[in-house]
Amino acid sequence: MRPVAFDYVAPTTVEEVVQALSDGGEDATVISGGQSLLPVLRMRMADPSLLVDLRRVDSLREIRDDGDNLVIGARATHRQVSTDPLVRQHAGLIAKTAGSIGDPQIRYRGTIGGSLAHADPAGDMGAAVLALNGSLELTGPRGSRTVAGGDFFVDYFTTAREPGEVVTAVRIPKHDGWGSHYEKFTVVVQAWAVVAVAAAVRVEGGQVAEARIGLTNMGTTPLRAAAAEQALVGVAAADTDALRAAAATAGEGTNPPDDPSGTPEYRRHLAGVLAGRAVVKAVEAVA
Amino acid sequence: MTTTADRPDTAEVGQSRLRKEDRRLLTGRTRWTDNLELPGMVHLALVRSPVANATITGIDTTEAAAAPGVVGVWTGEDLPEQGAMPIAWTVSDNLKVPSLMPLAVGTVKHVGDVVAVVAATSKDAADDAAGMVDVSYDELLVVMDPIAALEADSPLVHPELGTNVCATWGMDSVALGTGGDVEEAIRAAEADPDQVVIRRTLRQNRITPAFVEPRSIVVDPTAEQVTMWSATQVPHILRILLAMTQPVDEHELRVIAPDVGGGFGGKLQATREEALVLLIALRLQLPVKYTETRMESMQSAHHARDQVQRLTLAARKDGTITAFDVDLVADMGAYLGILTAGIPLLGGFMFNGIYKIPAYRFFCTDVFTNKVMTDAYRGAGKPEATFGIERMMDELAVELGLDPIEVRRRNWINPDEFPYATVAGLTYDSGNYDQATDRALELFDYDGLRAEQARRRESNDPVQLGIGVCTFVELSGLAPSRVLGSLNYGSGGWEHASIRMLPTGKVEVAAGTTPHGQGHATAFAQLVSDELGIPFEDITLISGDTATVPRGMDTYGSRSLVVGGMAIVGAARRVVEKARPLAAHLLEADPNDLEYDRGTFTVRGTDTSKTIPEIALAMWLAHDLPDGMEACLDSESTFDPENFSYPTGTHLAAVEVDTETGKVTLRDYVCVQDVGVLVNPMIVDGQVHGGLTQGIGQAMYEEIRYSEDGQLTSGSLADYLVPHAPDVPRYRTDTTVTHATTNTLGVKAVGETGTTAAPPAIVNGVLDALRPLGVTDITMPTTPLKVWSAIQAARSEKGGAS
Repeated sequence: MRPVAFDYVAPTTVEEVVQALSDGGEDATVISGGQSLLPVLRMRMADPSLLVDLRRVDSLREIRDDGDNLVIGARATHRQVSTDPLVRQHAGLIAKTAGSIGDPQIRYRGTIGGSLAHADPAGDMGAAVLALNGSLELTGPRGSRTVAGGDFFVDYFTTAREPGEVVTAVRIPKHDGWGSHYEKFTVVVQAWAVVAVAAAVRVEGGQVAEARIGLTNMGTTPLRAAAAEQALVGVAAADTDALRAAAATAGEGTNPPDDPSGTPEYRRHLAGVLAGRAVVKAVEAVA
Repeated sequence: MTTTADRPDTAEVGQSRLRKEDRRLLTGRTRWTDNLELPGMVHLALVRSPVANATITGIDTTEAAAAPGVVGVWTGEDLPEQGAMPIAWTVSDNLKVPSLMPLAVGTVKHVGDVVAVVAATSKDAADDAAGMVDVSYDELLVVMDPIAALEADSPLVHPELGTNVCATWGMDSVALGTGGDVEEAIRAAEADPDQVVIRRTLRQNRITPAFVEPRSIVVDPTAEQVTMWSATQVPHILRILLAMTQPVDEHELRVIAPDVGGGFGGKLQATREEALVLLIALRLQLPVKYTETRMESMQSAHHARDQVQRLTLAARKDGTITAFDVDLVADMGAYLGILTAGIPLLGGFMFNGIYKIPAYRFFCTDVFTNKVMTDAYRGAGKPEATFGIERMMDELAVELGLDPIEVRRRNWINPDEFPYATVAGLTYDSGNYDQATDRALELFDYDGLRAEQARRRESNDPVQLGIGVCTFVELSGLAPSRVLGSLNYGSGGWEHASIRMLPTGKVEVAAGTTPHGQGHATAFAQLVSDELGIPFEDITLISGDTATVPRGMDTYGSRSLVVGGMAIVGAARRVVEKARPLAAHLLEADPNDLEYDRGTFTVRGTDTSKTIPEIALAMWLAHDLPDGMEACLDSESTFDPENFSYPTGTHLAAVEVDTETGKVTLRDYVCVQDVGVLVNPMIVDGQVHGGLTQGIGQAMYEEIRYSEDGQLTSGSLADYLVPHAPDVPRYRTDTTVTHATTNTLGVKAVGETGTTAAPPAIVNGVLDALRPLGVTDITMPTTPLKVWSAIQAARSEKGGAS
């Protein structure tokens, strides 16, 4: 089906985007790559009165080095993020996760900011951003602010983004020297993750010094598996059985969805297995 | 001008010719039905029921009728001229046929049932207005499970029929005179310490053909004939059925199937949507278009399979089968499509597989539920049957501790026993199951994989290896008209073709079978080239249009080559016979002195000759014809086979099961098939690859799911998972050839082999991997969740027992 009729603007600056959103009121929606919004519009599950398109805001495509952080423009496509040398060097987990999203056509269209703002708990990027302690930059009528990933995701398809605000960038602290892996479990290749685990580890003196684990589709938002992260600290990097055992608790305490691809019990089990695999591969990937 | 010298000397049949049609199909530069735009055309949107069983208490169309661009809004009450949709197979005397009107009148019986139609000047306007139609429903109890539907206190889908049983149909070897009494044989087996009796209940999941191009219809009522373009497999059958049921006569209706983007049986139907577009076009006297969305397709186009199979197999301890009893419950859904009630009984002829079974019985109960109707899908009854027998062969092997190949070998028909009269009353013409199986085992490295399997079991590897086996035969090539008649099928099974000889030496082949992706234009040109000596490039196919190809039975049941191809060859041979007297006249020779070889008549013992193109030109000029000769070389032929076609083969699947996650990965798939003489080996391979992928889809991923209250919960391709290229292995295929004796080309059918053989091969493989863990059954699809849950259940049972 065609979407319900709507107005459309494509401003060239963030200021104009914010202005258009506030002029458009509650029924105005930002469109970035359109990979989540367009299907919803076509199924008439949403009927915004105005689409504010980011495609002409060139500044939002930029990926830059900002000292201790990497700043990825919200309009950067998954393809761009997955292949960008800066991202691959300083935030390998983000690049690997971006490369796992959808298929090539989707990765050429979909954007990191769009994916995060959509806040589908089965979306891939949230877990990776959480795992690397990333934060989001938002700009609205009252100026700009930075929100930590953990505070950004509020509920199923719901974020801390206020009406009139737009996600402009994702800030990722550099994780130079960390190993990482995104372990995604799907029923068919081209489907949402039943569960996925984003893992990053730092190894020092043959032992895990720090571990970060993000979970996809294990609740109403992306999650961190704090207990498993702590359990991994001090584990010998070469002892894969011990790494797996330490990561096996990743699903505990979560309340994942129940659908034909997985019961909550199954998903909790999967999270533990996949976390173990992700951590082992992350350790192997340490430079 | 063409001369036969342009043609390569080698036979076309057997060449892997690239497909003539692929340039336009693969680039998308063709005309699909939805691409058609006609002057003044209006668009339809359908209002579909959101509930599964209800009385319609009111429909308010006021707002929709007043919406911008709306030309008209109709409910079932507003269309008194609509006729009930047809069925084409009265399977039994006790068949109950519920009324299915293009627009529902008074009640709805499944989610997606059509309650109103909106016509507007644009598709957008029609969609907008459809959302404004306000329908009130008084909801009733739903019937979703076919077994529960048979219970005495079940609600009824159609109360006026007084039962949820649509029909019963049975056959047994005593009545057929082909074998013993099955009950007696099973009783004897139970009393015999040297026999085993195995009882299993298997489930066939409900799936959908998932063709790529959604169904689309355009009707133009503004010319001498009303023209319907439809993305259908069956333009000829559709024309007749619409003329018989709707207010248009056959001679007033022309049906065209342009290029069609896949059907797989899903477009072997006369649909209410087609009837509705026709009805509204006739009302408005304007061209009308309707194209469904994917979600509409999922809740309206017919589904398939959905059976419960209660199977009893008796065998001696050496593995030889003594009896097989099949008690089937088949879910029809809420209504009957043209073949719905008959699909399960096609399986009745196939549950015996390739085996010699001395006593056999098949009994089927067709049941109504509040779901979309089931009907044909690639294989149509035979994949279900093959699944049943091939799963049971593995159960027998396990029970007796025999290798699954060995237990099959001890029962199958030997090469020297053909033609073989089966216990189900068919005669298999040819085959060599040993040859195909031996080749498959060799390609697969069966012994090597068994050794690896043993190592993995020994080491308790979290990834277990399973080997899945399926040896199959398939009843295809529909069909002998007499046999169809004996089954009360509503049509014949012949096929028709004509050959038009053009004065420039080119050829048009008008074939009654209609392609929707099979490569007819290529394979048929190969056949005609060999008959007439005309180069492959100079032969074109005309099909899918009742005006240009007036006679045809269309495409389904793997009939295009084995039935349609024979009609084409027959027509080509008639061209040669018509050409002979003119050739003799031009060569001033006696017709009996002419030798004919691939397009050239030569006077015996001389080098004087005339080619078919030369004769075609002379015929067209008609300047010098023998007295009384009609100036026409064109010829037609109708072929009606005397028997079905029986392709066979051996499929072997190597599956890895990750016992930690339940994920099944298909590591290798070998299939060696005997589909008779190959006309185009590349096209055969394509058919096999596509069929396998769909069969793997049924086995591992695909399932139409309904909630308990009748909501379709797998209504989009995000929920209904079909495999993509990365989900399947690089298939390894080979062929063995025994000539079919049922046609002069020696060809057998191929289109449905993959969907028939793959599901049991996969499921047998998954179970083979997991039996040591105590897992004895997993219903399709074998999703990670189900496999993991089965492993957990088996472990806790084992734990509890020890």
